[in-house]
Amino acid sequence: MAIIRDIFKRNKDSKEATMPSKAAKDVPEGLMTKCPNCKEITLTKDLEKNNKVCPKCDHHFKMTAHERISGLLDAGSFESMDDHLKSENPLGFPGYAEKVQADSEKTGLNEAVLTGSGKLQGQDIVLAVMDSHFRMGSMGSVVGEKITRAIETATDRKLPFIIFTASGGARMQEGVLSLMQMAKTSVALKRHSNEGLLFVSVLTHPTTGGVSASFASVGDINIAEPKALIGFAGRRVIEQTVREKLPEDFQTAEFLLDHGQLDAVVHRASMQNTLSTIVRLHTKGAVANG
Amino acid sequence: MAKKNGKKSMPFEEPLIQLRAKISELKEYTATAEVDLSSEIKSLEDRFSKLEEEIYENMKPWDRVQVARHPERPTTLDYIPLIFNDFIEMHGDRLYGDDAAIVSGIASFHGQPVTIIGHQRGKDTKENVRRNFGMPHPEGYRKALRLMKQAEKFKRPIICLIDTKGAYPGKAAEERGQSEAIARNLVEMAGLEVPVLSIVIGEGGSGGALALGVGNQILMLENSTFSVISPEGAASILWKDSALAQTAAEAMKITAPDLLQMKIIEHMIPEVRGGAHHDPKKQASIISEAIRRSLEELNGMSGEELVDQRYRKFKSIGVFSE
Repeated sequence: MAIIRDIFKRNKDSKEATMPSKAAKDVPEGLMTKCPNCKEITLTKDLEKNNKVCPKCDHHFKMTAHERISGLLDAGSFESMDDHLKSENPLGFPGYAEKVQADSEKTGLNEAVLTGSGKLQGQDIVLAVMDSHFRMGSMGSVVGEKITRAIETATDRKLPFIIFTASGGARMQEGVLSLMQMAKTSVALKRHSNEGLLFVSVLTHPTTGGVSASFASVGDINIAEPKALIGFAGRRVIEQTVREKLPEDFQTAEFLLDHGQLDAVVHRASMQNTLSTIVRLHTKGAVANG
Repeated sequence: MAKKNGKKSMPFEEPLIQLRAKISELKEYTATAEVDLSSEIKSLEDRFSKLEEEIYENMKPWDRVQVARHPERPTTLDYIPLIFNDFIEMHGDRLYGDDAAIVSGIASFHGQPVTIIGHQRGKDTKENVRRNFGMPHPEGYRKALRLMKQAEKFKRPIICLIDTKGAYPGKAAEERGQSEAIARNLVEMAGLEVPVLSIVIGEGGSGGALALGVGNQILMLENSTFSVISPEGAASILWKDSALAQTAAEAMKITAPDLLQMKIIEHMIPEVRGGAHHDPKKQASIISEAIRRSLEELNGMSGEELVDQRYRKFKSIGVFSE
C-alpha cells in the first residue's frame, strides 16, 4: 500500500511530532532514555515501570509485543499460539527472507504479531498484539493467518478478542497475498461477531494503510492510545493530492476522536482497567457479581 | 499515444503501427503507379497478422497495465447497458452524500433481478473530475454497502465491477473514516446471504478495490490488474525510482494470469484481441457469458452455503510454512 512508502519517507522528517520514526530511534537500550517529545531523560528502569510513558510529558513510547502483554495480562497467564508459522517469499523478492529473519532475531518473534490467550484481571480473553519493530508491523500471510487463527480460537472458545494494532499496512513484498489478508481476517471476524462475542480494537502508534482499513477499524469498541498516528493514506500522499497543508494533529487519535471515528482515547496507565471493565460488562452475570 | 484505427495505441503496439503504415503506403503507391505490388502487400499483410498474434498473445505484465489503464477502456457504465436490462441507478449513502466514483443500481440479467455496483472513472478530464478519477470517498463505499444490504433483503445476486486506482487519499476522506468504510464493507460482505460476484474490469488498486471484492467468486478480465500497490508505488519503495514501474509490474504479480495461478481468482475472462477497448460490444457479451456461468454455479446455493463458501475461499489465501 502507498502508506508503506510514506512511513519510510517520514524517517527523514524531523518536524512532525507524531511520526513513527522518532519513537523508532528511541528504542531504549541504555541505562537512560531520552523522551523524543520533551527531551526529558529518564532512567530506563523507571520508564519501564511507568508502562513506557514519559513521566514528564506523557509521551507514549512504542512497546514491543512482549512488553505490552506483560503490562496487560495477569502474570504467567499468557499462552502464545502459532509461533511456528514462518513467512515464505512467494514473489521471490530479493532479500525479503533475510529481512524477515533479521527482524525475527531482533524481536524474538516469528512475525509481526504475537497471539495467544490469557487472563485479563482474571477474565479469559484471546489477544493479538502487533509489533512495529518487526517489518513495521506490516501484514503479510503469516500476520493475517495468526490473527485469523486467534479470532477463530476466540470464536470456538466463546471468548472476547482484543487486538493491539501497530502497523504500516499491508506488506508489499507479498503483493496481493498481503492485500487478501484484509479479507481473510474480516471473514473470521464476521463469524466471531455472529456468535455475539466481543471484539475490542486498540489502535496504537502507528496504525495505517491496510491494517487501519480492515480489522483495526471494526471493533465493537475502538480505542486508541494518546497521540497515536491512525489513518488510511499517508500524510505526504494526502498533501500531494490535495495540495494543502494539513493540520498539525491530522490523523492523531485525538483528531479521530473529534471526527467520530473512535469510542475513546485511553491513557496507557488506565488501559488494563478500561479493557477489563469492558470485558466484564460483556460477560453474562459478571456485572451483578462485580 | 499514437492513434490506430481511431484507438490510442500503446508503446508495445508500435511495431504493428509501423507495419500497418508501410502497408497502406504501398497500397496508395500501387493505386497511382503502374507497378503491381499486390504480392508484396499480401506478404506484408501475412506478416502483420502473424506479428499481431505474436504481440497480443505474448503480452507482458506492463503491456497489460497499459491496456488496463487505456483511456478508452470500457467502464462500468459502458458495460451496464450492454450486459443488463432495465438498469435504474440508485444514489447516495443516506449519511453524507452521493459519490460519483461508484455507481450502483438494480437491473435484470436474463430475467433475474440483480444489484450492480461498480467503480466509475471518467474518459475525459471533465468526467474524471466529476468521478474523482474513479477513486471513492467513504460515502461511495457506504452507498455500496447500503445497496448490498438492500440486495440481501430482496434476495438478489450482487455483481461488483472493480475499476479503481484505489480509495481516494484525501483530507475529507480521512475525516469521514475512509478506513472504517472499507473495513466495514469487508466484514459485511463476508456475511451476505446472496451470491456476490466481483469482476475486475480495469485496475484493482488495493483496499479501495477490495472493498467491492469479497465475492463468492472473483473474476478478472484478461488485461486487468489487482494489486496491493501500483507498480509505480512499488518501484519507488523498492528501488527509490518510480521509472522502474515496468520491472515492478512483473515482480508484484498483478495480472489476471498471475492471480489465477495463485488461486486468488476463480476465472479469467478472455479479452478481445488487443484489449476490451477494441470491441466493447463483443467484450460485454463475453463478460455476460461469464456472469451467466458464475451465477449458475452460485444460484443453487443457500444463504448459509454462500457465506460458508466465501469464508472458506478467503480463509485459505496465504503462503506460509508451519
